[in-house]
Amino acid sequence: MNDIPGDLKFLKSHEWARMEDDGTVTVGISDHAQGQLGDLVYVELPSLGDSVDAGNACAVVESVKAASDVYSPVSGSIIKVNEALADKPETINEDAFGDGWIFRVKPTNPAEMDELLTPDDYAEQIENDSN
Amino acid sequence: MTQRTVLNNAHRRLGARMVDFGGWDMPLNYGSQIDEHHQVRRDAGMFDVSHMTVVDLRGDHVRAFLRHLLANNVDKLRKPGKALYTCMLDEGGGVIDDLIVYFLDESFFRVVVNAATRAKDLAWITAQAAAFGVGVAERRDLAMIAVQGPNARERVHALVHPAERAQVEKLARFSACEAGALFIARTGYTGEDGYEILVPVHLAEELWDKLLAVGVKPAGLGARDTLRLEAGMALYGQDMDQTTTPLEAALGWTLALDPPERDFVGRTALESQLLTGVGRQMIGLVLDEKGVLRHGQRVITARGDGEVLSGTFSPSIGKSIAFARVPAGDPGAVLVEIRGRGLPVRVVDLPFVRDGKVRV
Repeated sequence: MNDIPGDLKFLKSHEWARMEDDGTVTVGISDHAQGQLGDLVYVELPSLGDSVDAGNACAVVESVKAASDVYSPVSGSIIKVNEALADKPETINEDAFGDGWIFRVKPTNPAEMDELLTPDDYAEQIENDSN
Repeated sequence: MTQRTVLNNAHRRLGARMVDFGGWDMPLNYGSQIDEHHQVRRDAGMFDVSHMTVVDLRGDHVRAFLRHLLANNVDKLRKPGKALYTCMLDEGGGVIDDLIVYFLDESFFRVVVNAATRAKDLAWITAQAAAFGVGVAERRDLAMIAVQGPNARERVHALVHPAERAQVEKLARFSACEAGALFIARTGYTGEDGYEILVPVHLAEELWDKLLAVGVKPAGLGARDTLRLEAGMALYGQDMDQTTTPLEAALGWTLALDPPERDFVGRTALESQLLTGVGRQMIGLVLDEKGVLRHGQRVITARGDGEVLSGTFSPSIGKSIAFARVPAGDPGAVLVEIRGRGLPVRVVDLPFVRDGKVRV
């Protein structure tokens, strides 16, 4: 079960990050994470312009079952948020790695991307978690 | 040691996400718990509730025993098959468990108690039963499937043997009958019509598959929780326990203080609480803003702070709802603290949803 796009990097806490062509970083939660949370009913988005530090909480996803912080994989400022999630949080359940993206960061230190887990490392982690 | 119901393989075949629930390996959902919720509100769904504890009580003095054991009055049960929801209290009036008791005949009553409280309930019931010469027998040979929803009954009727169908069809609400090997009760924990069916363990999977074949869809514990909360039904361990009396848990309607000479366990404590005043109450809350009310959140009222007991997102309403325990009296404008912010909530009468209709 490895449907993880190869261009993503991960935090252990199940956020994904993708370096876009324009040098910004798109962030979401993994398909595994949405499956663990179950039906999402609410997403608390960061505000545009907020500065975020790598590893700090800056959004919240809430399912029927639980609330979960979303940590930013990189430091920088929020330049875009996925406003469509306000009305359709279930988009994350349906397409966690695509339309279910949560926010986009203009990174202050792009090298932080190198410290994240590769898709293979992440796949191995979730495999271990389920054992 | 995790326990499994006899339907465990059936759940896994249906792709259920399994979770540990009070020591039982149970299905949380089979995909989307919100879809399963709507399925029960709009059509028919089924739950494996075989983890619950069925106890048969037999003896010449079983009615007298239950008059003593239970806070509701089994003398309301006169017609064989009739059921009663009640709390079982300790001497201090604290809730040991909530349960359903069925009257079958003058020497035979059946109770269904919670799974998580099994050991303490059996110990308590057995200890109390001794003086009445009542035999206490747990029925681990029975599985239990709850079929719930506006179309649940007709789906079940199609599966009942023709010779027994008429008596099942005419079952009144909160009554049960035997139908072949099945014990069928028109009860539930969703706020919808339907049945809870006790079935011998060796026939359970066959019944489950037959229900699937007539269009009853499986639903997990996730949907069960949102359904019962919308229906205003308390969950033992979360909404009340041995540190609360029924009067503090919106369960005063289950107490039978008449006749005054019925000396049930906890009666003295309840009477004294009524005289000195009940300090806490359980209320229903709706959050109109975005966010989800959850167990343990602080509730700020004009009379002081309380806390959220059960809280969830209500799929029928599209907003978050909760039960909260707060100081007695008019709570005034109420706030719930979510991640450091006080959000205004509405205090509403329970239930939130009845027979498929939103009431708040």
